[in-house]
Amino acid sequence: MEALLLSIRLAVCVSLILFVIGTPLAYWLAYSRWRGKFLVESVVALPLVLPPTVLGFYVLVAMGPRGPLGRLWQAAFGHGLAFTFTGLVFASVLYSLPFTVQPLVASLERVDRKLLEASAILGAGRLRTFWRVILPMSVPGVVTALVLSFAHTLGEFGVVLMVGGNLPGVTRTVSIDIYDRVQSLEYAEANRMALVLLIFSFVVLSVVYGVNRQIGRRVWSPWPAK
Amino acid sequence: MAGEVKPASLAAQVQVERRGADAPSFLLDVSIEVFPGITILFGPSGAGKSTLLDCIAGLLRPNAGRITSGGEVLFDSQSGVNLPPQRRQTAYVFQSLALFPHMSVEENVAYGLAHLQKEQQLARAAATLEAFRVEKLRKRKPGEISGGERQRVALARSLVTLPRVLLLDEPLTGLDAELKASIVDDLRAWNAAQKIPILYVTHTRDEVDALGERVIALERGRVVSEGTPHDVLNAPRRKRLAQAAGFENLLSATVVDLREPDGVMRVRLAESACEIEVPLGYAAQGDRVRVAIRAGDILLATARPNHLSARNVLAGKIVSLEQRGTMVIARVDCGVTFTVHVTPGAARALELATGKTVWIVLKTHSCHLVDE
Repeated sequence: MEALLLSIRLAVCVSLILFVIGTPLAYWLAYSRWRGKFLVESVVALPLVLPPTVLGFYVLVAMGPRGPLGRLWQAAFGHGLAFTFTGLVFASVLYSLPFTVQPLVASLERVDRKLLEASAILGAGRLRTFWRVILPMSVPGVVTALVLSFAHTLGEFGVVLMVGGNLPGVTRTVSIDIYDRVQSLEYAEANRMALVLLIFSFVVLSVVYGVNRQIGRRVWSPWPAK
Repeated sequence: MAGEVKPASLAAQVQVERRGADAPSFLLDVSIEVFPGITILFGPSGAGKSTLLDCIAGLLRPNAGRITSGGEVLFDSQSGVNLPPQRRQTAYVFQSLALFPHMSVEENVAYGLAHLQKEQQLARAAATLEAFRVEKLRKRKPGEISGGERQRVALARSLVTLPRVLLLDEPLTGLDAELKASIVDDLRAWNAAQKIPILYVTHTRDEVDALGERVIALERGRVVSEGTPHDVLNAPRRKRLAQAAGFENLLSATVVDLREPDGVMRVRLAESACEIEVPLGYAAQGDRVRVAIRAGDILLATARPNHLSARNVLAGKIVSLEQRGTMVIARVDCGVTFTVHVTPGAARALELATGKTVWIVLKTHSCHLVDE
């Protein structure tokens, strides 16, 4: 149970942080006309194709006592990053970045440009246009982004193993816990955790998609269903 | 309102380059002045009407030019002035209207009043909605009201900010004439007090007739004609404009003789033996001219008509009949082929059919000379 709670705590932290970082990034990707934009898009999408061990390896090296990030952290907070919960959050944020950014970009791009022009002509600056027009019209995309990054973090294994290790209560997430139990032939225990994770994930996803669909109907449909 | 509001006109001299052209060429190269009241910007699609509006609103940066509104410079390529749309005090109603679908009518209208306090916003929004007779819809969403109501709300949203200029890009398309007229009346009533220049884009001649005090005709990015609706529509300068203005028949002809005392001349149509009488133009015997005739201005008869004031009666055969909506389009071969519009009732009464012999009747003054 401790492992499951830890996983949920991690997933909540990661999806919230990703939302804060991912929204401006998605805004920029959706509206920038810079020619080199495709390079940034590629970097954001990297975790989709890289094996988690590759990403985990580099993050571990960067966070290690001799890595740039590890040294910076050590100097600022007096302890290292590797094999800590914070380190795990950091790695997971990188790993789940595309799962936040891509749905956000897709839904920002779907907002009718004429609405943005109308907003500008009515005197609204970019920030006001974002809060009053773009964001409310992108609610389904925001919800999808939050859910996907949450679910993806909840189920991650390779990066956690590389960066976090297996410290009970600190970095032993539910996926590692299940792996551990299978290794020590505790199949009944492994099954119990696996089933809990399966049901939990299914319930979260279906609740959120169901709600999203309702909101989506309200927000999106330009004409009423008469 | 404090102080006297001075009528202020809009002046735009704008050049927009065509992208990807080999030689430098302009997509749009115009200089217009719009005075308080409704001015129609008329022309076929692709003439650059919306591009010009986008330049005035600040959505598109012209390559060169100068735009002023009431003496204030909005854009000037020489001094580098280019005010953003937010600071131009220009209202713009798009063809799609672009009402915010997630906001109520009231929120939509109050959107442009962010600088005011909440109560003032609501009061101003309510007053403007009332001026456009949609105050009852305050709490509804744009998706829950009719097309005409949406158009009224879009006007209210644009005008609530007391702009200096109003740009309308075919905002009333798809409405029936009566509804259109009532919305325009409300717009005129509003502008009787505000006296701002209104630039109204359309490509249909009905709207030009119904709305305009003044018309600017645009074609392929150039101003080709300017004046009253009568001047611009009845003396089309070029073939493309004639087509846009609803002249379905464009015939090339040769001048046979001039009858100056009568104010007419006879022309022979294309490679046919048909001769018709048209108004006297600047032409000499033997000159090639073009004659434009509206399909709706041509009469059809199933027997040779006599005792008519109309000077031109030509015999021909119907080569095709096609019903489109409440209109029957007949093509009649009289040596040259004419397109004629008749009502379905008339087509039935005359028992029109393909192959039937008919006479077409043209009034001299329904034949318009068009410059090449």
